This record gives sequence, structure tokens and C-alpha cells, in this order.
Amino acid sequence: MHGEPAPGPGDPPGNLLDDPPAAVPVVATSTAHVPPALGLARAATDGRRPAPLDATPVRHPARWAAMAVITVLTAMFVHTLVTNPRFGWSVVADYFTARTTLDGLWVTVELTIVSMAVGIGLGTVLAIMRLSPNPLVSSTSWFYIWIFRGTPVIVQILFWNFIGALFPTLSFGIPFGPSFIQGSANDVVTPFIAALLGLGLNEAAYMAEIVRAGIVSVDHGQTEASLSLGLSRMQTMRLVVLPQAMRMIVPPTGNEVISMLKTSSLASVIAVTELLYSVQIVYSRTFQQIPMLLVAVIWYLIVTTVLNVGQYYVERHFSRGSAGSTPTARERLRRGLLPTHADPFRFRPPEPGLPDNPNHR
Amino acid sequence: MTDPMVRAELVVKSFAHHDVLRGIDLEVTRGSVVCVIGPSGSGKSTLLRCINRLEPIDAGRLWVDGELIGYRQRGERLYELSERELGRQRANIGMVFQHLELFPHMTALQNITLAPRHVHRQQRADAEKRARALLERVGLGDAGDSYPRQLSGGQQQRVAIARALAMAPSLILFDEPTSALDPELVGEVLDVMKDLARTGMTMIVVTHEIGFAREVADEVVFMDGGVVVESGTPEQVLMAPRQPRTQEFLSKVL
Repeated sequence: MHGEPAPGPGDPPGNLLDDPPAAVPVVATSTAHVPPALGLARAATDGRRPAPLDATPVRHPARWAAMAVITVLTAMFVHTLVTNPRFGWSVVADYFTARTTLDGLWVTVELTIVSMAVGIGLGTVLAIMRLSPNPLVSSTSWFYIWIFRGTPVIVQILFWNFIGALFPTLSFGIPFGPSFIQGSANDVVTPFIAALLGLGLNEAAYMAEIVRAGIVSVDHGQTEASLSLGLSRMQTMRLVVLPQAMRMIVPPTGNEVISMLKTSSLASVIAVTELLYSVQIVYSRTFQQIPMLLVAVIWYLIVTTVLNVGQYYVERHFSRGSAGSTPTARERLRRGLLPTHADPFRFRPPEPGLPDNPNHR
Repeated sequence: MTDPMVRAELVVKSFAHHDVLRGIDLEVTRGSVVCVIGPSGSGKSTLLRCINRLEPIDAGRLWVDGELIGYRQRGERLYELSERELGRQRANIGMVFQHLELFPHMTALQNITLAPRHVHRQQRADAEKRARALLERVGLGDAGDSYPRQLSGGQQQRVAIARALAMAPSLILFDEPTSALDPELVGEVLDVMKDLARTGMTMIVVTHEIGFAREVADEVVFMDGGVVVESGTPEQVLMAPRQPRTQEFLSKVL
């Protein structure tokens, strides 16, 4: 019946907000094997909290076996690290902060940052183009993605490196008209620029798909609500849709950044002195391949670890206002290590005054 | 006789090959509350969405506040309005949705101040001051810093009403504003709407709350199959319907 609601509807007996949290009958039955707390039944009715549940946890023998195996394997690994002289730890130490290594590391970081900036910027434009109602615009975006996702990034890097063979001079001017600036392609597209173009333009194709998925994930009602307030389509995209899409976009983008840091090592094939190429230069002279590669490995691990931490905080920022916000590192650690009766889908304590306890739904 | 706030002339709207609106004629007097009732699929929501041009119409004419919606007329020829001009028209027409549609990444206060700041270019402090007053008015004075998910459905819908009011519209459209709410939360939203009606706001309310229509509406419009079957005062339409289709519908919902 769609009657008119009474002005002050009386709370039903099972009102979720006012129920004392612990006065759920289930508690009384599940403590059967624990010495019964005196007055438990009475506590449930007069609203006092019964004694906390105390049960012996389930044993996990397989986990203990796994721990034993892992311990042995770890011991073997550490042993070889320490005793095998061919790791060349002294060489690693010598070159770890050497000028050439740090210069190479800086070039790697530069390549990563600029390529990702190109990828994210162009990728967002491509994603919005892809969703355009104009078929020419959306198919242009589709074509771009088809080309740049459909070919290996190393081929693209080599292609840009040899672009001078295709267009010996590059000029900037009016199409089919006069040009204002002109230069030799080999002067303009240095190996570093070629690597940037290869990595950045390829990344844009992947970012376009990530951003598009994020935009599509935002309910269309949000767009309508924004338009109905008088905001333009651009404002709606910028202020309403993209910020919500970020929740979907940020986690894979973080993965892309970390992936880019590693993929930038492909620039070594066109002699860009990034981290990998700079250690290769050293070992081609000293033949200390393993120690020099370890220098690169450790630096890559350090930077990816830093990026992981950054990704975590960025994700937390963009999940504000949403259910199941990313837990703090400490909460994750606690959930991972300690046996707990808590709902695994809940990371945050219930906010006071809200009907947030799932048991009470 | 002042011109009406909304005038619809033979409005037609089709989706694919299905006519949802088949020639709607409607006049809404300034300051009046019109409740639109009817079975699902009768075109009630589509009519609202055409009024603020979330959907373009296929035939007919729609005027709001004396302005032709969506077009400019020069002689016999119609010219589609630009995005910017549509935005200006929409800013004058508030809308409250069935599925709340607050922006979940913004606090209640940010939800309310978004359009005043970015459409009317108000200063942030001014917009926030007004927003707080509006929250007070819908009985949520202390909810400004809450995110939508921290509010109940009824509270969210009241924030949505405040958000619509923040643009100082001439007209507010309500699209089944209480249909998605728990029954115990319906009353608080209807109370806010009743208050709003008393202040002389022009409102078109698509609703299944017949009690609300009887109490608040100046005019009740019964729609079915994309046409207005019957309209008149609540007493006429709800108590003494003349059309058999209206009688049948009311016998089922009352």
C-alpha cells in the first residue's frame, strides 16, 4: 500500500540503531563449550554486554609444514649469497653509488616520469575521443590504439630512432605551405627523444584503455545530475566523472608506472645511457657481468618499492567517500598476521552513530 | 494572467520505435505544485527529463519561464541551443532524482556548492555560507562535512534537494524522490518538500505517494500510455476521477 506515512512512525521492535550491539542471541549459543558466564541470559535482556567470546582457534598443520619448507629454502639462499664469491659483493659496493650508475639511474627516472606524463595526458585525450559520439573522432582513437598496442614497444623505439631515414628533415609550418622552423631529424630526435617517443606513445595506448574503463564505470546518473545543475559536459567530465573514475584508474596506473620503470631499460638497445646501459658499459670493460647487473637489480628494486608506497597513498586519497577505503599499512599487517573473527570485507571500525555493523543489517 | 512557468504543447518523444510521449499538453502555473501520477512506463519520468532537456524531444514545443527549451526560434526556423545556453537553461530548473545521485566523492557541502561555484561563479565562502543555510533549512545543519555514504537515504535526498535549491531555480522537478527510500525515511523527505511548496516554489513531482499529492498538490495529472488522461484539482482527480483508466489505477493504489 502506498499510503501516506504516519508523521511519527513508531520504531519497529527490531530497530537496528537502538539495539545494544552484543545482545544478539547467536552469542549465547556459540559459547556452548566455554564455561557459561553467569547471568548471560539476563545480560542479553537488560542490555549489558556479555563476556567476550573465548574459543580455541582451529589448528593449521599445513601452514606449519609450509613454514618449515620456506625456512630451509631461505637458509640455503642466504647461505649462497654470503659464501659464493662470484656474486662479487665488493664490486657491487664499489659501483652502487658510482657516478655512472647514479647518472644512469637518473636517466631511467627521467624516462619513466616523462613517458608516463605523455602516456597519461595523451591516453586521457584518447579515452575521451574514444567515447565521442563523432565516429571519425572515436575511430581515430581506435586506430591509434590498434597501432600502438599491436606492435612491440622495442620495435617502436627502434622505429623512432631511425625516423631520420624516413624524414631526413623535420619542419614546422603550414601544411603544404611555408615552414617556420626546420631541422635535421637526427638532431631533433636524439636517442633519448626516440626512447621517450617509443615509450610514451605506446603507453598512451594502454592508458587510453585504462581511463576509458574508469570513465565507463561511473554511473550515467552522475552525469545527468551534473548536467541538470547547469554544468557543461567538460565541467561534468572534469569535476564529477573523472574524480570518480580515478578510483578505477589509479591502481592500474600505478602498475603502469612500475612497469614503465622496468620497460625503460629497453632504451639500452639504442644506446641511451639509462641504468641498464650504464652498467652494461662497465661490464663490457670489466667482465663483471653478475655484480654489475646486481647493481641495476638492487636499484630497480629500491625505486619500485618507493613507487609501491607512493601508489598506496595515492589510492587512499582517491577512495575518499567510498565504502571499503584502502586500509592503513598497520591494519593490513594486523589482518594478515593475526587470526581474527572480523569480517574480512571490513577494514575500518564502524563510524559512531551509523548502522554500520553488518550483523545488524 | 501571467504566463505559466511550464508550457508543453503536443510534446512527442520516441526511443527507437517506441513512442514514450505521444503529444503531451501541460501548463504549470507559477508557484503551483503539480503531482504527476500514473503506472510505470506511462512516460512520467521521460516528461521531466524532456523539460530540462536531458532528453531532446522529437516534436512539439516546451517552454519554461517563458523560454523555449533547447532551441531558439527565428521566424519559422528552430536553431539548437549551444551547450552553454543549455547549461544556463538547466541551471534555472532544479532536478531531484529517484536514485539520489549525490556526488559520492564530495561532502554534502561540496555537493551543494559545486554548481554555484562553477556555473554562477560564486566565491567559495559565499557559496558555502548559502549552502549551510540550505542544509539548515532541510534539517541537516550539521551534515555539511559528511560524505553521502555516511548519510541515510532520506538525509541524502534532503541534501539533493538543498543542492537543487542552491542554484535558486524557478522550478524544481522531482522524479519519484521517495521511491528508492526505506519506508521509514519517506516522511522526512516529504516534509521538506511540503515546506518548499509552502514557500511558493513551482514544483512538478512525479510520485506514487497519493497521500502527498492529495495534501500538497494544486493540480494532479494522471498520465498513461504517453498522454495526459486526466488532470485537475486533487479532489477532482483523486476523489472523483471521470476517466475509467484513472478510476482503475486509483482503485489499485489507494
